[in-house]
Amino acid sequence: MITKLNHVSVFVLNQNSAYEFYVNKLGFKVHTDASMGKNMRWLTVCPPEQPDLEISLMSIDEGMMFTKESAGMMRELVSKGTFGFGVFECNNLLATYEELKAKGVVFKKPPTKEFYGYEALFIDDSGNWFSLGEKKAK
Amino acid sequence: MNEYPKFYLFRRIVQAKLFIDEQFAGKIDLDQIADEAFFSKFHFTRLFKTVYGITPHQYLTGVRVEHAKLLLQTDIAIADVCYQVGFESTASFTTLFKKSVGTTPAAFRDHYRIRQEEISRTPLNFIPNCFAESKGWTKISNFQ
Repeated sequence: MITKLNHVSVFVLNQNSAYEFYVNKLGFKVHTDASMGKNMRWLTVCPPEQPDLEISLMSIDEGMMFTKESAGMMRELVSKGTFGFGVFECNNLLATYEELKAKGVVFKKPPTKEFYGYEALFIDDSGNWFSLGEKKAK
Repeated sequence: MNEYPKFYLFRRIVQAKLFIDEQFAGKIDLDQIADEAFFSKFHFTRLFKTVYGITPHQYLTGVRVEHAKLLLQTDIAIADVCYQVGFESTASFTTLFKKSVGTTPAAFRDHYRIRQEEISRTPLNFIPNCFAESKGWTKISNFQ
């Protein structure tokens, strides 16, 4: 029986810039930051209240995972905003929206009432988009 | 967004939170923070707690502790860390840090250093094998 998701990858154009975005703007915590040799780095971050979910900020580089051609295609798709990687939750959507906007985070959609509740959409520094919703009262 | 109730109030509360985020290292008090949001102290505290679930003072302490955790990852002396993040005594710093993090600042620093040494000595112990293999890192013998 599967019980948990503990790692998920987000493909980014630049790990230094992604660090700045996820840590200094979103407020995520660095879990592991390991140099793996020349120009290679294993970088994972966690949402502040979810220390056991590591989001691996994977650089799209030519190498074992991508050929030169596929790396180029992937970089183009990411930067065009093709991929939506998930849904984040916060305690108060409007306060979080105002705070992130003040920090320079770009929103594709401000908090909007949908049939399932309020939702906003923001994009990271690479072009990946995420939904942001509010924790439902129990 | 205009359907969202009282969005202008949220903007002012967020402004006060960002003020704490920027000024935590100084001697700031509730009066100053409430002034940032153009609220009376009482009204501000109530609204802040409604939005964030904790009082402004609890939030300020939390921000100081989080910054202390970052400075403890450097070589700055622990007493200096205490004052640089806005605590006025090392005793209150240690007590509040332990209450929040579960260990003393010194133990936190020791644990961080040991983990960093392990990461740099054997990084593959911290990376799921499927990722390491896909990157070709498992073939590099000095990572194991």
